[in-house]
Amino acid sequence: MDGWMDGWMDGWMDGWMGGWVDGLLLTIGITSSFQMQFMLLFSRQGKLRLQKWYVPLSDKEKKKITRELVQTVLARKPKMCSFLEWRDLKIVYKRYASLYFCCAIEDQDNELITLEIIHRYVELLDKYFGSVCELDIIFNFEKAYFILDEFLLGGEAQETSKKNVLKAIEQADLLQENIDYQTRLFAGTVWTL
Amino acid sequence: WVCHTPIRLRELIRTIRTARTQAEEREMIQKECAAIRSSFREEDNTYRCRNVAKLLYMHMLGYPAHFGQLECLKLIASQKFTDKRIGYLGAMLLLDERQDVHLLMTNCIKNDLNHSTQYVQGLALCTLGCMGSSEMCRDLAGEVEKLLKTSNSYLRKKAALCAVHVIRKVPELMEMFLPATKNLLSEKNHGVLHTSVVLLTEMCERSPDMLAHFRKLVPQLVRILKNLIMSGYSPEHDVSGISDPFLQVRILRLLRILGKGDDDSSEAMNDILAQVATNTETSKNVGNAILYETVLTIMDIKSESGLRVLAINILGRFLLNNDKNIRYVALTSLLKTVQTDHNAVQRHRSTIVDCLKDLDVSIKRRAMELSFALVNGNNIRGMMKELLYFLDSCDPEFKADCASGVFLAAEKYAPSKRWHIDTIMRVLTTAGSYVRDDSVPNLIQLITNSVEMHAYTVQRLYKALLDDISQQPLVQVASWCIGEYGDLLISGQCEEEEPIQVTEDEVLDVLEGLLVSNLSSPVTRGYSLTAIMKLSTRFSSVNRIKKVVSIYGSSIDVELQQRAVEYNGNDLLDLLGGNDVPVIPTTMPTKPASAGGELLDLLGDLSLGIPPMTAYNKNGLKIDFTFERANPNPNVAVITIHASNSTEADMTDFVFQAAVPKTFQLQLLSPSSNVVPALNQGTVTQVIRVLNQQKLRMRIKLTYIHKGSAVQDLAEVNNFPPQSWQ
Repeated sequence: MDGWMDGWMDGWMDGWMGGWVDGLLLTIGITSSFQMQFMLLFSRQGKLRLQKWYVPLSDKEKKKITRELVQTVLARKPKMCSFLEWRDLKIVYKRYASLYFCCAIEDQDNELITLEIIHRYVELLDKYFGSVCELDIIFNFEKAYFILDEFLLGGEAQETSKKNVLKAIEQADLLQENIDYQTRLFAGTVWTL
Repeated sequence: WVCHTPIRLRELIRTIRTARTQAEEREMIQKECAAIRSSFREEDNTYRCRNVAKLLYMHMLGYPAHFGQLECLKLIASQKFTDKRIGYLGAMLLLDERQDVHLLMTNCIKNDLNHSTQYVQGLALCTLGCMGSSEMCRDLAGEVEKLLKTSNSYLRKKAALCAVHVIRKVPELMEMFLPATKNLLSEKNHGVLHTSVVLLTEMCERSPDMLAHFRKLVPQLVRILKNLIMSGYSPEHDVSGISDPFLQVRILRLLRILGKGDDDSSEAMNDILAQVATNTETSKNVGNAILYETVLTIMDIKSESGLRVLAINILGRFLLNNDKNIRYVALTSLLKTVQTDHNAVQRHRSTIVDCLKDLDVSIKRRAMELSFALVNGNNIRGMMKELLYFLDSCDPEFKADCASGVFLAAEKYAPSKRWHIDTIMRVLTTAGSYVRDDSVPNLIQLITNSVEMHAYTVQRLYKALLDDISQQPLVQVASWCIGEYGDLLISGQCEEEEPIQVTEDEVLDVLEGLLVSNLSSPVTRGYSLTAIMKLSTRFSSVNRIKKVVSIYGSSIDVELQQRAVEYNGNDLLDLLGGNDVPVIPTTMPTKPASAGGELLDLLGDLSLGIPPMTAYNKNGLKIDFTFERANPNPNVAVITIHASNSTEADMTDFVFQAAVPKTFQLQLLSPSSNVVPALNQGTVTQVIRVLNQQKLRMRIKLTYIHKGSAVQDLAEVNNFPPQSWQ
């Protein structure tokens, strides 16, 4: 009996994870009707630059979703609109220079305002880094996350004033320097990541 | 003693980016991970932060980072702000509620929620609100509720969104946040206002009691919205001349929920909605985003008819916008309202039809769906002209749906029988290969019923066959018609148009041509052989017909062989007797068809002796298996599943999965479709290949959407016929 069950579960899991030709292994599920489920930033070559998930998924599932979505979005032609249906979600994406900003929202959500959310995030990055480019986000990815986390929380905007978001980041950065100044181990060296 | 200061983050990023190959990158990563692991083992506090940051970078590249999970917890517990910042970021990226270690965060978060520095409190609120599990939410809801009442707006706004997450995870906790919502809307701070509206929306959506309770906020919400619109330029919240569009949209959404189904609330918001609808600047996306939300609200609440017309007109204007995105949302919204506000949407019909020519696939699809929804008895001729033109030129992915839509519309609104037949002809000749299998029997039925059109129909179909025999549905319908009405064809009785002159031999030439042609599928061959048989009662060239039959009596194609053999001889007339039931095979020619008649029982099972079986039959979903042995490997069983649906609603997003015990190997090919149409109007087929030498057992998993709900079922299949695995 045990042998059978082991074999059975393996057979099942292998099949389950192995990637059936048909593809769709899971649906993410609707949490409420208005929620951003995740945001992805990726380059034109499909390299991931930032991933923010607002729903619980395993690493494997995230990777699969990312791979599929990146492929789908990169295959879109320039003349197409910024929205597409994907599984039971709506995808809103926009390209800024070499980076694609891609959000997954739910059925009842407003696609047009999501475009504004994306735009606001880009403006924040631009103000912070001074004419932001992809390299800034590659080399300072943790800061990109910090800025995002001051703008959105749980997939919703927490602050609608550009000024206030940037001020909070500025203060937090200062705090980081000040406290670390007090605990400097080696005189004369500035401690950085 | 070697001093090994861990390499800095940016340095590492720079180094990794110099890798020229995947292998080179992997090597660098592995080296660094080893260094980081040993640093972790040494419990190095100084560089833990740097090491975790590097780990997060490598994680983003796709490499495993689970060994850093505990380190994130240590960082969170540290007193250094940098540590906390990276620690919480790491927790959000590497930990989720499936990991047990996740719960170890609870105490740290609790402490940090009470920290003296608001930025630390902020980190804790953000993390909890982003990925807190139900247990964590239960433990910390009290802290969140406290912070929801603070006068510090920086914290209050975060606490509101954190509360939203708590409610989503543990809906029963909603009540405890009620007192704190008392004066949320009196806030001047836009961040707090925005997040408060989000919180109120969440509560109203989840609880009818809350909804009733918060209806009293409508006047206040209307006032806030009014101030936003009327107030002058506010640099802090301005986006292209509009004041805080994010807040405006959220308020409009909350008003929608509060006004729905409630006369008083709807009336109270009527004016402000009209104001927003008429005064919002439409030159940029941001204005249109607000208008869009306004339209959605107007359509959902109990608005005056004037307001509804205003909303539809806004959508009509959206359709003319240069911006694709705007056209897209317009079509989506119109599709939602076309049933309730049919006349208003009709006024924009020509604009909608123009969208059929759009380059964007999503826009085209919506325009097509909307166009079909707008077809009625008055506009059928004009609309059908446009839709048939669309059918001619559209991408293959649309053709099947469009053809089905045309058939349905024609059936409902055809102004004359002749028009109806002509329309069907047009579809069969231009998109014949994309027409769904189930259309063939439906069309045959239709033609049967149009008694006065028989001569015209058979003539047109015959002429179509002379042009093109590659489109199977067309050929099948044509064959059937000729078999049925061949006498009318040769007698030149057509009234509708100039009758053609054709002899019995010419007709039989055409039908025989179908039998031998490479282009004909086995199903089509079946149709044409049947037609030839039937003509033996209508034509005089019975000898020729018998000759054809005897040829096919020894045909390699088993199905034709059986059919021919059974039809031959004197049984012929008896079998064809009074019930001329068309042969209606389903997608697989080896499966016996669903329509009745002794004809079909004779076909029996043609798949080399392995009987078919029913693997699953529940809730209207039936899955049959048919079997073949693969060539050249006889140990591989090739199973075709046939899924059919006897309920009155389609089963969409149908996914069939199978698993077998470890000793087997399983391969699943692509399914024919993922919609199982209602009322047995078609089947979904999929091929499974199993390598086996033992008794076959299988577990299947079915998921689909039926009448709006997701259905999932697991079943074991044990009743495989012995021949399938021996």
